[in-house]
Amino acid sequence: MSDSINLKLKIWRQRNHKEAGHFEMYDMPGVSTHMSFLEMMDVLNDRLIREGKDPVAFDHDCREGICGMCSMYINGRAHGPLKGTTTCQLHMRHFSDGETVTIEPWRAAAFPVIKDLVVDRTSFDKIIAAGGYISVNTGNATDANSLPVEKAKSDEAFDAAACIGCGACVATCKNASGMLFLSAKVSHLALLPQGEPERRERVLRMIDAHDESGLGACTNTGACEAECPKEISISHIARLNREYLRAGMTGE
Amino acid sequence: MASSPKLNSHIPEGPMESKWTHHKSTVRLVSPANKRRLDVIVVGTGLAGASAAASLAELGYNVKAFCFQDSPRRAHSIAAQGGINAAKNYQNDGDSVYRLFYDTVKGGDYRAREANVYRLAEVSASIIDQCVAQGVPFAREYGGLLDNRSFGGVQVSRTFYARGQTGQQLLLGAYSALERQVAKGAVTMYSRHEMVELVMVDGKARGIIARNLVTGELERHFGHAVLICSGGYGNVFYLSTNAMGSNVTAAWKAHKKGAFFGNPCFTQIHPTCIPVSGDYQSKLTLMSESLRNDGRVWVPKAVGDKRKPEEISDEERDYYLERRYPAFGNLVPRDVASRAAKQACDEGRGVGPSGLAVYLDFRDAIKRLGHHVISARYGNLFEMYEKITGEDPYQTPMRIYPAVHYTMGGLWVDYNLMTTVPGLYALGEANFSDHGANRLGASALMQGLADGYFVIPYTLGEYLADDIRTPAIPTNHPAFDEAEKSVRDRIEKLMSIKGKQTVEDLHKRLGRIIWDYCGMSRTAEGLTKALAMVQELKNEFWTDVRIPGDVNEFNPELDKAGRVADFIELGELMIRDALMRNESCGGHFREESQTEDGEAKRDDENFAFVAAWEYTGTEPVLHKEELNFEVVHLTQRSYK
Ligand SMILES: Cc1cc2nc3c(=O)[nH]c(=O)nc-3n(C[C@H](O)[C@H](O)[C@H](O)COP(=O)(O)OP(=O)(O)OC[C@H]3O[C@@H](n4cnc5c(N)ncnc54)[C@H](O)[C@@H]3O)c2cc1C
Ligand code: SF4
Ligand code: FES
Repeated sequence: MSDSINLKLKIWRQRNHKEAGHFEMYDMPGVSTHMSFLEMMDVLNDRLIREGKDPVAFDHDCREGICGMCSMYINGRAHGPLKGTTTCQLHMRHFSDGETVTIEPWRAAAFPVIKDLVVDRTSFDKIIAAGGYISVNTGNATDANSLPVEKAKSDEAFDAAACIGCGACVATCKNASGMLFLSAKVSHLALLPQGEPERRERVLRMIDAHDESGLGACTNTGACEAECPKEISISHIARLNREYLRAGMTGE
Repeated sequence: MASSPKLNSHIPEGPMESKWTHHKSTVRLVSPANKRRLDVIVVGTGLAGASAAASLAELGYNVKAFCFQDSPRRAHSIAAQGGINAAKNYQNDGDSVYRLFYDTVKGGDYRAREANVYRLAEVSASIIDQCVAQGVPFAREYGGLLDNRSFGGVQVSRTFYARGQTGQQLLLGAYSALERQVAKGAVTMYSRHEMVELVMVDGKARGIIARNLVTGELERHFGHAVLICSGGYGNVFYLSTNAMGSNVTAAWKAHKKGAFFGNPCFTQIHPTCIPVSGDYQSKLTLMSESLRNDGRVWVPKAVGDKRKPEEISDEERDYYLERRYPAFGNLVPRDVASRAAKQACDEGRGVGPSGLAVYLDFRDAIKRLGHHVISARYGNLFEMYEKITGEDPYQTPMRIYPAVHYTMGGLWVDYNLMTTVPGLYALGEANFSDHGANRLGASALMQGLADGYFVIPYTLGEYLADDIRTPAIPTNHPAFDEAEKSVRDRIEKLMSIKGKQTVEDLHKRLGRIIWDYCGMSRTAEGLTKALAMVQELKNEFWTDVRIPGDVNEFNPELDKAGRVADFIELGELMIRDALMRNESCGGHFREESQTEDGEAKRDDENFAFVAAWEYTGTEPVLHKEELNFEVVHLTQRSYK
C-alpha cells in the first residue's frame, strides 16, 4: 500500500445556525495514510488559514475515542466507514487514492448546527439531568463491599455505561431518536441494586425530557446499533421498553 | 531553611494520624440558611470540579460551574484508563492508610507535603464507597465483590478499575451527581465557556470573566469564592497524552493575579506511548503501563541496525532495563524507564522510521502463556495499537516512546486547598498537590476526587464563615469593568497582529523547545539557552501570529491563541524552575546531579522544599516552603 493518497473533500460549510449551509470542495493531495482523519482536517485547516480563508470548525478533544466530542458524518455514515470506531480513531489508510470524501455534521432538529460540523448536543445533558443518576449525596455511602453485585449483571451494566454520549445514534436514525443513548443509561442503572429505588421515576422523567427536547420516537430500525462507536446493543432499548411498561403498571 | 513568610501551609497541629479528624471537627461551619446566600464558582468539571460542584451544591451553596467542552461529561478525566487507588485492604495483603501514604511520599521522591498526602490516603476508602453508591461499575469478582489489581510497581493490590475505562466511569458518576444538582437549580452549568480572567475585589477572589465560546461574548460572574479545577498543563509540550483542549489558562490567570505557582518544572513523562509518526501528529496515545508486566523492552545492540525486529537474534538485542535494573527489570518506575529509553535512542539505537522508539516485545510472553492469555489481558490495548499504527503486536513488537502525561506542578495551595489569593482555591491536577516530583499510577483520579468530594466541602467553610454577611457584589463594580477591559484589549491585540505564522506553528515550536531542554533530561546550559529561545518565541508570537475569523463568532483558533500565549509564559517559568533546582528528583533529572552510574541524585540538604513562584511582571520571585519529614525517613530511591 502506498503511504500517500490524493483525495477530494466535500465539506458542509455553515456559518451559524441562522444562515443556510452548503457544500464546498477541497483538493487534498498527498495525504499520509498514517494520519488520523482529524489530523487530515488539521492539515486542511492549516492550509486554509495560510490562504487567508476560514478553517473548518469541528468538535474534538480526547482524540482517543472516549470523550464523545468528535462527530462527523463521513460518506453517509456517522463516524465513517469503520465499525466500532469514532471519527478521531479513524485513520486514512481506510480510504483510497482518488476518492471523494463527503463530510457533514450530525443532522437532527434537536442538534442545531453551531458552525460547519459543530452541533449543539445539550439535549443529552438535559436527559441525564432528568434522572440519569442515583440520588446519593456525598458522604451517604456505605462500605462498597456491603452490596455485592452479581458479576454478570455488573458486566452488563458496564457494557451499557460505556456509551460516550456522542450522538451518532441520533444522527444515524431516520427519526432522529435518542433512545439508544437514553436506554444505555436506564439499563446501566436498572441492572444495579443501587439503582432500584428510583427505577420507576427515572425512566418516566428521562423519556419526558427526551421527547421535550425534540428527539424523535424509536421505531426499532436498528440503525443506531450498527453505527454506535461503542457498539451499545439495541437490547438496551428492549429493556427500556420493559422498564417503561413496568413503570406505567406500578404508577399511582 | 525556614519557609517564606508568604507561605503558610496551615498544617494542623497534632500527630499525623489525627490531623485531619481534628481539623474536620474544628473548622468553622456555615449554616444551611447562610450557604444559600453564598455563590461559589467552579472552573472545570473533570473529576475534581464535578465532584466539588456537586458536593457543594448538595450542601446548599449556589454553584456556577464552567467547562470549555460542549458538556461537562467530556473533561479530560474521561480518558484515564488504568485505575484508582484506595487503601481498602480488601485483598488482605497488608495494605493500610499508612502504606498508601508511605508509597506516595516515597514515589514522589520526597518532595510532597506529608500532611496532605496522609489525608489523601485517609479519605481514599470513602471515594470508592461513594462511587459504588453512584453506580460506577467497577470490576468485580465472581462472588460479586470488588476486584483489585496492582499497579505501578507497589507491593499491594489496591487499584480499583473499570476495564480500561476507569476515568470515564468515575467521571460519569461525578457528572451524573452534577446534573442532578443542575436539575435542582443548585448548579448553573456553563459549558462551551472559558474562564479568561480572575476578578479581585479588595485583595480577594470575587469572580471571573468567562468567554462564551459560541458567541464570543465576554460574561461577568460573581462568586464569594472561586475554585480552579482546570486540570494539568502537559500541553505546553504541544505533544502529550492530554486532550487537545487541556490548557493552563485558568491557572495562569490566577497566577498573574497573585496565586503562587508550585514546582512548575515537575512533569511526568510516561514511558509507554505510541511514537510520533509524522509532522502532522496532533497528540500522543498512551499504552497502559500494565503492558510492562508481560512485555520486554529492547533495542538492537548495534547502532543504526535497521533490520526488522524478527531478524535480530536474541544475542544481538539489548534488553536494557533487565540489564541495568536486575531487581525491577521492565517494571522500574515511570521516570527511570523513560530516561533509559531516551538514552538508548540518543545512542543511535532507537528503532522505527524516526529512530525515536524502542520495542516492547510480547513474543516470549505469548510463547510462555499462549495467545489467549495475552489477548485476555491486553486485547483492547493491542487493538487500539493496531488501529493507530496498522501493525499487529501479536506478530511484531510494539514500538513505544515516552510522552508527556501529567503535571505534578500547579498552583500552590495550603492544607485547605487555598492558594495564596484569599478565596481562590485549586483542586485536582491544577494544584501542585500531593505527588511531589513524581506521581504513582492510579493516584491522580484518587486525588481529584478526594479534593472535590471530601476535602473542599469541609475546608471552604473555614473561609466563607467570614463572608456570610457579604452580599453578592454587583458585576458593574469597577473591578469587573477593569478585568473585562483587559480581556477585551488582549483579544483585540491578538486579532490585530495578522501575521504569518499559525497558532499551531508557534505552539509546535514552543513544545519542541520545552521537550528538548526541559523534558526528560535537563542541564544548566540547555535551560539557559531555552530561556532565551522562549523569550524570543514570545516576541514572535505577539508580532507574527495569524488568527482567522472574527471575535464574535465560534472561533477555535482564537481560543487556542489565548491558550498558547499563556503556555509560552508558563514555559518560561518552567525553565527557570528547572534551572533553579540543581538536583535530580522524580521526573526532574539534572545531568549535573547524577551518581557515577548515571542514576538520579537528590540533594535533600539544599532542595527539600516546594518552589512557589510569585508573578511580578518582570523576573518571578522564588518562595520556599520547607518540607519537614516527621514520619517518613528520607532515603535515596534505588531499583537496581
Ligand atoms: C491518557 C491518560 C490516562 C490516565 N490514566 C490515569 C489513571 O489510570 N489513573 C490515574 O489516577 N490518573 C490517570 N491519568 C491522570 C488523570 O486522568 C488526570 O490527572 C485527572 O483526570 C485530572 O482531573 P482534573 O479534574 O484535575 O482535570 P480535568 O479532567 O483535566 O478537567 C479539567 C476541566 O477544566 C475545564 N477547563 C480547563 N480550563 C478551563 C478554562 N479556562 N475555563 C473553563 N473551564 C476550563 C475543562 O473543560 C475540564 O472540564 C491519566 C491521564 C491521561 C492523559
Ligand atoms: S449510544 Fe452509541 S452512538 Fe449513541 S451516544 Fe452512546 S456511544 Fe454514541
Ligand atoms: S475526540 Fe474524543 S471521542 Fe473523538
